[in-house]
Amino acid sequence: MHDMVVAFSKSWGLFYLIALAVGVVIYAYWPANRAGFTRAKNSILDKDDRPWS
Amino acid sequence: MIARLTVAERQSALLILIVMSFLGLAMAVAGRGTPFGLHGFLVIAASIGVGIPLLRKFYAPEPNPAQFEQYYDDPTKVGIVLAMLWAIAGMFVGVWVAALLAWPDLTIDAAWASFGRLRPIHTSGVIFGFGGNALIATSFHVLQRTSRARLPDQLSPWFVLLGYNLFCIVAATGYMMGVTQSKEYAEPEWYADIWLVIVWVVYFLIYIRTLARRKEPHIYVANWYYMAFILVVAILHIVNNLAVPVSFGGFKSYSAFSGVQDAMTQWWYGHNAVAFFLTAGFLGMLYYYLPKRAGRPIFSYRLSIISFWGITFMYMWAGSHHLHYTALPQWVQTLGMTFSIVLLVPSWASAGNALATLNGAWHKVRDDATLRFMMVAAVFYGISTFEGSFMAIRAVNSLSHYTDWTVGHVHAGALGWVAMITFGSIYALVPWMWKRETMYSARLIEVHFWLALVGTVVYVFAMWNSGIIQGLMWRTYTDSGTLAYSFIDSLVAMHPYYIARAFGGLLFLLGAIVGTYNVLMTIRVAKRERAQSDGGTDVPSYGRDPVLQAGE
Amino acid sequence: MSEFHRKIERNTIRFVLAIIFVASIGGIVEIAPLFTIKNTVEAAPDMRVYTPLELAGRNIYMREGCYACHSQMIRTLRDEVERYGPYSLAVESQYDHPMLWGSKRTGPDIARLGEKYSDAWHVAHLYNPRDVVPESVMPAYRWLLRNELKIDDLPGHLRAMRDVGVPYTDAMIENAAKDAFGQATPESDAAAGVTERYGAATHMRAFDGNAGRLTEMDALVAYLQILGKLTDAAQKTEQTKIGE
Repeated sequence: MHDMVVAFSKSWGLFYLIALAVGVVIYAYWPANRAGFTRAKNSILDKDDRPWS
Repeated sequence: MIARLTVAERQSALLILIVMSFLGLAMAVAGRGTPFGLHGFLVIAASIGVGIPLLRKFYAPEPNPAQFEQYYDDPTKVGIVLAMLWAIAGMFVGVWVAALLAWPDLTIDAAWASFGRLRPIHTSGVIFGFGGNALIATSFHVLQRTSRARLPDQLSPWFVLLGYNLFCIVAATGYMMGVTQSKEYAEPEWYADIWLVIVWVVYFLIYIRTLARRKEPHIYVANWYYMAFILVVAILHIVNNLAVPVSFGGFKSYSAFSGVQDAMTQWWYGHNAVAFFLTAGFLGMLYYYLPKRAGRPIFSYRLSIISFWGITFMYMWAGSHHLHYTALPQWVQTLGMTFSIVLLVPSWASAGNALATLNGAWHKVRDDATLRFMMVAAVFYGISTFEGSFMAIRAVNSLSHYTDWTVGHVHAGALGWVAMITFGSIYALVPWMWKRETMYSARLIEVHFWLALVGTVVYVFAMWNSGIIQGLMWRTYTDSGTLAYSFIDSLVAMHPYYIARAFGGLLFLLGAIVGTYNVLMTIRVAKRERAQSDGGTDVPSYGRDPVLQAGE
Repeated sequence: MSEFHRKIERNTIRFVLAIIFVASIGGIVEIAPLFTIKNTVEAAPDMRVYTPLELAGRNIYMREGCYACHSQMIRTLRDEVERYGPYSLAVESQYDHPMLWGSKRTGPDIARLGEKYSDAWHVAHLYNPRDVVPESVMPAYRWLLRNELKIDDLPGHLRAMRDVGVPYTDAMIENAAKDAFGQATPESDAAAGVTERYGAATHMRAFDGNAGRLTEMDALVAYLQILGKLTDAAQKTEQTKIGE
């Protein structure tokens, strides 16, 4: 049991890291998301003196 | 401010205060004559202290419904002032303990005034008192503006802000009375810990409920960082503080973990407190106030997303680099070291992203000390994350660990990054909150900036020097193969650096006092101006011309 | 509209779950094996628990924040082993709830401080460190001699320690207060029970030099004198891991 846990810790962390990194990069660079991100980064500079109703 | 609460909210507030008074009474009775009992009286006093102004306005009429068309910023305003007051208190104690290391008799013969009890007041005072209040205050502001939604109610933000400050006061007074778990950066005892969990759950719910009401479909990245801060700190806090109290009428408890497991748990907590309290939350500030103040969108939104997930994932592995060459199994040490080095990638992505945002606006950085605070913060963030990854390398750590180098590293991050981004954000936020175009004095911001920068540099260089000298002296051998220096030799060599460190800290403290004066004067002037002319609605001081109209 | 709203809310919850999931992995993977593993902690059959007096002393050590300046963890480095003694083993702190390995050496490591100096040295040093070591920057702890030690709640302390896994017996818990008194008052009737329960090697003496009064100084010195002495596993183990 314990050997299994350690083996998992030692090796799978790496694969997990790579999978996660690939996933995040795909999400960030997915073409359909581009417009949303551009809107989001400019949105905070809009006038925001009151909540929208 | 209280008259702006609805009648129902005032009634709920009174009910909460009554329940708290009874809890305090139960603590006072159960812990008669002990620190636990005194904390009971403190809870009662705090409840009454809030209760009196509440009762004075208790029968005020329902507030004007027009206020619900505006953002709810009262807790943010109070939080800013509290953060500045905690900064002065925490940094004052910091200068005091720094002086005690240079002149150990610079105190009185009383237990509460000794180094060991004052030091956690300094660390908790600046991290939780100053940093925590600044995070809570700014998070409420950023959350509402980026969601285009008002906070879901007006009572729970007060509960979070005041409840959190009660936690901080219980912690600080507890240390003076010797109430501590001795877990570094998690010293408060079990009852304070449980209270913080309650406060934190309400804080989280405010976030979730406001996000659910948001009118902006995308959640702006600053909120991601604030969310990660709230969520992960909750996980860390609960796991690290698992303990069995000796009795429910006393303060003392025994940690559920022991020895090597406890060491790993504590540094898993300790390192991630740095990651999610002192980094993620403040990156949230950076990603909102820096673009806002510069009037330019963040350089790369994608990069901010990538570094967010990188930081969230990788920091969690890095804690074991605090335990190199100890009784911790070596594979855990290696894992911690590896991830600490990879961590440099998302960290520098964030720092670079911030600086690239300013590219093209350097004239603003030159003229505007507020923006310069934020720029310097990003630079120090880059420096200290590089230093952190470097120190996590086993060979380097064998020299740096246990020395003042670690203290220098922490302060490069705490003074250079955390405090600077906070002061920058507060200077951007205060005129906005009190509806003025500018702070009371731009020159005083300039004074504060230089005091803070010089103080940080003096402090960090003193500690780098002393730490490396210390580490080298401990491992130097004579030609005949014996250790060249006694421990006391190394201590004597530290003396000039300890004086320099106290001086650097003093400069930083003076800066914080100047800043607090500036904030309080801005509030005063704003009130006088509003009394003279009947003020209109919110004046956004920064940012480009409006593109989108309110109300879609 | 309600459909739109629900979608956003679900989105938020999903986001929260993603953060929790991504963030928890590292901790689980690193910490969990330390609990399942048997050889994280070496076997040491001679390992004994803290006596009530030593435990009270340990609590004073924590109360005064001593851990901020003194480590109790000798690393596997040659210069540390030569300066402080055999490197620390995991088993030596297995009854430490919480551990006090420390992270800073403003003062020296004290993992092997026990019996290195006399009781009188410790009392004088704690009363005013600069009387003994002129260059010291350690605070003076004069109140430890003034304060009487609180012992009536010690049974509760031992019980809580047993709840978290330290093998205290019923007799130890029952007699905790008496044993604390007996250890520092060897001429009294209470003394016999201490050696019976905690072993003949237990230090039995008036640690603060005054048998008439049980002070916080008694407890703290009793604790300092046992540091590194709960087991001799470190002395017996071959020190194979020394690097550099």
